[in-house]
Amino acid sequence: MSDIPDRVRKIVVEHLGVEEDKVTESASFIDDLGADSLDTVELVMAFEEEFGIEIPDDAAETIQTFGDAVKFIKEAS
Amino acid sequence: MFDLTGKCALITGASGGIGGAIAKALHEAGATVGLSGTREAPLQALADELGERAFVLPCNLSDPEAVAALPKQAAEAMGSVDILVNNAGITRDNLFMRMSDEEWQSVLDVNLTATFKLCKGVLRGMMKSRWGRIVNISSVVGATGNPGQGNYAAAKAGMVGMSKSLAYEVASRGITVNAVAPGFIETAMTDKLNDDQKAGILGQIPAGRMGSADEIASAVLYLASPEAGYVTGATLHVNGGMAML
Repeated sequence: MSDIPDRVRKIVVEHLGVEEDKVTESASFIDDLGADSLDTVELVMAFEEEFGIEIPDDAAETIQTFGDAVKFIKEAS
Repeated sequence: MFDLTGKCALITGASGGIGGAIAKALHEAGATVGLSGTREAPLQALADELGERAFVLPCNLSDPEAVAALPKQAAEAMGSVDILVNNAGITRDNLFMRMSDEEWQSVLDVNLTATFKLCKGVLRGMMKSRWGRIVNISSVVGATGNPGQGNYAAAKAGMVGMSKSLAYEVASRGITVNAVAPGFIETAMTDKLNDDQKAGILGQIPAGRMGSADEIASAVLYLASPEAGYVTGATLHVNGGMAML
């Protein structure tokens, strides 16, 4: 449970090719980390697989930042 | 020339003339093929003929649950779906003034909505592997219209617009989405035409003959190949010149 932020950060770093220190709590995937809209879909897919959860489309839309992702996954898993 | 070794292709409507030819062409090029269709017997016969690397995946595309399940079944049977050929289609011809809502809806459901759902269902795997080929079999009537086929022409034109939109979205992930638009092709469907009807049709075709299912399959094979990696959002018309678009 406590390693969720690290696992999420690893996925984001690998997928978007950004520096680890850029992935802060409030970092927006699109505005701060250079993701396009399809990248955000792929990130959600990667989160689903890493954590064995289902993220429905309407929930996926609310996941805009690194912090959003960690919060959602903590609640879901 | 085109080598699909190691690629897995799902073909809908594989029990029909054109679908069967597509399956054979992709299989001959080395692909593993998933043969989908409503009638299991002809699919099994085709699979037996092809031998190895052929799987039978019966699916009724007018059943939404079966459509939703098909991409998963295909991926489980073959290991992945790298190539999707949406070939299945039905006709419910009628004059526009007489066309029932049911005739309209059933054609849209099978020809367009099922295509949308199957594309969506295979995209995840293609996105992950950064390679994919989707070939949607449209029709010349999608571009030209045809009396008595308002529903069919709408669905086939819809496939083209859908393919182009999807092509935009996934091009950066190594996935191409194209359409093939056959003209008049010799199949069980066109065998039923009488000589007068055939003569009327042939008069409109500069090539002076109907096309063969193999000629459609060749177009699909090209678009499914690695060589066609820079072709996306295109519609390849295979119609003997009857409509030069």
